[in-house]
Amino acid sequence: MELTRRKMLAWGSGTFALATLSAIPAFANLTDDAIAEFTSGADLGEGAITLTAPEIAENGNTVPVEVDAPGAAEITLFADGNPVPNVVTFKFGPLSASRSASTRIRLATTQNVVAIAKMEDGSFQMAKANVKVTIGGCGG
Amino acid sequence: MASGVKPRVKVPKTAAAGDTITIKTLISHKMESGQRKDDDGNIIPRSIINRFTADFNGENVIDVALEPAISTNPYFQFEAVVPEAGDFKFTWYDDDGSVYETSKSISIG
Repeated sequence: MELTRRKMLAWGSGTFALATLSAIPAFANLTDDAIAEFTSGADLGEGAITLTAPEIAENGNTVPVEVDAPGAAEITLFADGNPVPNVVTFKFGPLSASRSASTRIRLATTQNVVAIAKMEDGSFQMAKANVKVTIGGCGG
Repeated sequence: MASGVKPRVKVPKTAAAGDTITIKTLISHKMESGQRKDDDGNIIPRSIINRFTADFNGENVIDVALEPAISTNPYFQFEAVVPEAGDFKFTWYDDDGSVYETSKSISIG
């Protein structure tokens, strides 16, 4: 094949387009990626996990959240509008009583908080809550 | 070591054997997320507590992995079963390698 300037340009822009195409969805679905990594692609059930979060949080720096999933071995929280989607992972030991925990988290903007529980039988349960944030918690 | 780190834990003093108790923990820590910028536009490096564990007589109650999205002064509330009298041990692991520990004893009454 003879390398002409025209062919080189066509080839170059093609690779560039391919690179952008593959890069953009990966960025947009950071949370989905993080969830898939946690569940390794397993199906997500609903109902056996409760996520309690305020509907409106005035201050995104401290948003109280509570998760409760009877029979869970592990619960992870994700925030899909934060620069880093992972928030916290609770691993319950043998002396843990109710498989529930509460903490305070930072939310950058109005977004969904997702809780995924890995149950003791290996299945996964999901709960989602939308939180409206008045002042973001990521510093300016 | 981040300055002014002080763990605070609330555990009932007594419980019946096999009872479920609620534990509240708080540690003062600035939890610098690594996302903020200072006045000159330089990113302030991340400095957080990345792990917290609670054990009772050597058996694990909860093991928490913290990310920068946990608020300043990380607070946790959870429940534990108390099978016998003994000591709760709480441990926080800082990004800089420091470990903060505190313990509370509980008696059966």
